[in-house]
Amino acid sequence: MTDLDDIDRHLLRALSQDATLSAGALGRQLGLSQPATWRRIRRLHDSGIIAGRRLDLDHQKLGFGVTVFLGIKLATKGRVSLDDFERAVTAIPEVQTVEHVLGMYDYRLRVTARDIADFERVLRRRIMTLPGVGDVEANVLLSEERRPGPLG
Amino acid sequence: MLDDLDRRILRHLQSDPAQSIPDLGERLGLSISRLSRRLEKLRENGVLRGQHAVINWRALGYAVEVSLRVTLDKTQSRAFDDFIEAARDIPEVIEIQTFLGRVDVRLSVIARDMAHYQQIYRGGILTLPHIADIEALMHVARIKNDAGLPL
Repeated sequence: MTDLDDIDRHLLRALSQDATLSAGALGRQLGLSQPATWRRIRRLHDSGIIAGRRLDLDHQKLGFGVTVFLGIKLATKGRVSLDDFERAVTAIPEVQTVEHVLGMYDYRLRVTARDIADFERVLRRRIMTLPGVGDVEANVLLSEERRPGPLG
Repeated sequence: MLDDLDRRILRHLQSDPAQSIPDLGERLGLSISRLSRRLEKLRENGVLRGQHAVINWRALGYAVEVSLRVTLDKTQSRAFDDFIEAARDIPEVIEIQTFLGRVDVRLSVIARDMAHYQQIYRGGILTLPHIADIEALMHVARIKNDAGLPL
């Protein structure tokens, strides 16, 4: 684990709000030179703390009005069935996230669809036909908020 | 409002948001000025809202991630507002989502280890208002991560 100082934390907070900020602009906020700020940011990337960038798109405006989270319990277990399930579920374009979890479900999926009718199509044709799939619970996303996290 | 070219631009940008405008232009066979104008329009229309750095909390020593599925006491008219407002004050809560379904609110909570998690759970989460029930899902692995929209 890398120890962060206040400058690193400031950079992480600022970049997670707007990843397009230049080293020059960030340096001015911090009273740091452009090259020194650039080296700091480089280090955050190299140590894997900044894992990449995420594009923030208005899903609604792009015609994707519905996001549904699915909890899935596998009916049959064993290493082969997990591999088969994971391979098949990852290939579905409407499935944005797949998390292997421990608890009352085995997997948690984030699914995007144009509308509820489109979601039903994805659920019936793609999800329910996945190998080994058992119990499925669906919750429709109403709002979502990403928090800055423990960078205080 | 959006045409095929807009979708193509967003699809490429989505697959690698950090690429420079000249690189993106070259991959799409577009001049820099034409691409910049398109991106500017997508921003103005509110389709492209921004870009965020993704923080890998694991690399910062947060090894535990738990998904808490909360059912609220809906007889309280301010249940959602009060709960969400208080949840924002817990720094280890990195995501707050509300749902239509069996679950009302979901919190993503990160912790350094199980002892730290227990401390957050007892000292923070369980003191949040209007909780009727909580279920926890512990993250084992991310198999597919933040794939973009199927544009």
